[in-house]
Amino acid sequence: MRAPDANPVPAQPLVQVENLRRFFDVSGGWLRRTVYRTGHVLVRAVNDVSFAIQPGETFSLVGESGSGKSTVGRLIVGLDRPTDGRVLFEGQRMDTLGRAEALPLRRRMQMIFQDPYASLNPRWRVNRLVSEPVGHRMGREERFALAGQLLEQVGLSRSDLDKFPHEFSGGQRQRICIARALASNPEFLVCDEPTSALDVSVQAQILNLMLELQRELGLTYLFISHNLAVVYHVSTRVGVLYLGALCEVGMREQVFGRPRHPYTRMLLDSVPDLELSGKPRTPVAGEVPSPINPPPGCTFHPRCPFANERCKRELPQLHPYGDGTLVACHAVEEGRL
Amino acid sequence: MTVTPTPNTHTAPDDSRTPLLSVRGLEVQFPTRRRTLTAIQDVNFDVMPGEILGVVGESGAGKSMTGNAIIGLLEPPGRIARGEVRFLGQDLTQLDQAGLRKIRGRDIGAIFQDPLTSLNPLYRIGDMLVETLLTHLDISRGEAERRAIGILTEVGIPAAHERFRHYPHQFSGGMRQRVVIALALCTEPRLVLADEPTTALDVSVQAQIINLLKRLCRERGTAVILVTHDMGVIAETADRVAVMYAGRIVEIGPVREVVKNPRHPYTVGLMAAIPHIGGTTTQLAQIEGSMPRLDAIPSGCAFNPRCQRRFARCTEAVPALLSVAPGHETACYLYSDEAEGVRP
Repeated sequence: MRAPDANPVPAQPLVQVENLRRFFDVSGGWLRRTVYRTGHVLVRAVNDVSFAIQPGETFSLVGESGSGKSTVGRLIVGLDRPTDGRVLFEGQRMDTLGRAEALPLRRRMQMIFQDPYASLNPRWRVNRLVSEPVGHRMGREERFALAGQLLEQVGLSRSDLDKFPHEFSGGQRQRICIARALASNPEFLVCDEPTSALDVSVQAQILNLMLELQRELGLTYLFISHNLAVVYHVSTRVGVLYLGALCEVGMREQVFGRPRHPYTRMLLDSVPDLELSGKPRTPVAGEVPSPINPPPGCTFHPRCPFANERCKRELPQLHPYGDGTLVACHAVEEGRL
Repeated sequence: MTVTPTPNTHTAPDDSRTPLLSVRGLEVQFPTRRRTLTAIQDVNFDVMPGEILGVVGESGAGKSMTGNAIIGLLEPPGRIARGEVRFLGQDLTQLDQAGLRKIRGRDIGAIFQDPLTSLNPLYRIGDMLVETLLTHLDISRGEAERRAIGILTEVGIPAAHERFRHYPHQFSGGMRQRVVIALALCTEPRLVLADEPTTALDVSVQAQIINLLKRLCRERGTAVILVTHDMGVIAETADRVAVMYAGRIVEIGPVREVVKNPRHPYTVGLMAAIPHIGGTTTQLAQIEGSMPRLDAIPSGCAFNPRCQRRFARCTEAVPALLSVAPGHETACYLYSDEAEGVRP
């Protein structure tokens, strides 16, 4: 069974994800399973996720903790292997390629991580950090020249080349991470919560830099975040994840302007209102259930005010609506909402 | 050891115009081997009974430290070097630890960022509540248990009777923060210090916790000092807000005024840097540079190296808070007489 493509566009998507699944086995050891009769316990971190990313766009995955958004990012760049499903880069299946064949493709995708304090080796100087992805094929001079150029591209200076990460602030470190990600001249960047660890004023600097680089270098982004305002700011299209599955995918204007899925609606309702309009808000009731034992049927039904018997039994599939938005909700499908 | 009974603060005059808490000239220092660093300087503000005062700033602004200094929880070697913290007529900076402990938990409650670290994992949550109640109030054990279950129900914990006997790890993040709120409010304090109470929580739970805290404090007339980096949370919750930068308050005023009509260039930049849904998506306004480190605070106005509208005076002396509108003050020379010819 294949979910329909989100907003089908004739062009060849740069990245495609088909029926991606990643289950983690969190059962105890053999002894524990035998003594306590617990059996095997699986966390369904990603459960049947499909989407396509067009060249030059920013596709965002938004969701709360445990929604599987980071796992999807890691699966795409190959930091983890899917339990089931495929990742395609320019139509090529990544899982059928050997290591040597995959390498040139892998070089065209890079990742930026959340915590710029943890993702840089504290014992390496900036020039080594930045040039590492490609530096092994270069001489010293060439490497310095490349690293210097990359640093300038992200708004740092050549004089920073000999410094260590601790000499930089959080925002500057994230710039180093971006420079490093750009070293292999990639087309596709997975940005996993790149500004969550940063202050607002620094977040603005980094977001501006990312948008600028996208325009200059024609980059394609997969942007992963829990911050809806940031997602709105950077995205072309948005996918809303809940407990490892997509519940709504569409153009940014549609998802934010006319949210259809009850979860998307309530998520948007829980964003603090800086306009002080005093509009009443109905934040989502309850909390995200454990992905070890997700509710049957639609996983959102225990928190959904529109849930009925069908929602408790049957898992909704993504259905396309007029403007190309895909929504997985029985209530929307039946027109109850 | 004889313990002198603390004055029954609840009989203090409840004139709503006398501040509940009044901080004057607060200065916090950290002596290090090389030199003494001043983390907070010349902080002044009042909190009225029942008022929610937001304290907002980026990391390193000194917002959490201000809160900790008020309730006497500064990590050594940090110390209050100057100033007074007057709470219900008593100067808290003059009290010893025993005196402070009587006030903390009784008249001042505290809620911290991470609910898992602020609850003792080895105690059942019911026992923590009962212990707090018995320590501070003169009631029987049965009465304490009854009140504990009552407050757990009030903070929205389902089946409070059963949950009473559970350990913190048996609760989800949002539920744990509800327990922390119950602990802070169970003795009906006059003031609650909430330091980033929603930062560790998911977006959807964040709104629930903010609503809960706001409702409970409004009902009881409890004043709140809400320390956070999130302007959205402040806008939703606080009556007044103090914006901190490099250890000083740079702007203070009613929330609506500060959010809608910020005066200090730092606040203006901060507000413009926040992306919002439906807003412009081309480029965010950005403040160049970052917050100075404690050992390298620029002379004059600490914000001057990052300020677009700096003029000669800004590098010479620290600006004092000036009134720009009723109840709205900002520490910026642009609003003083010295800005003649500089002001647009």
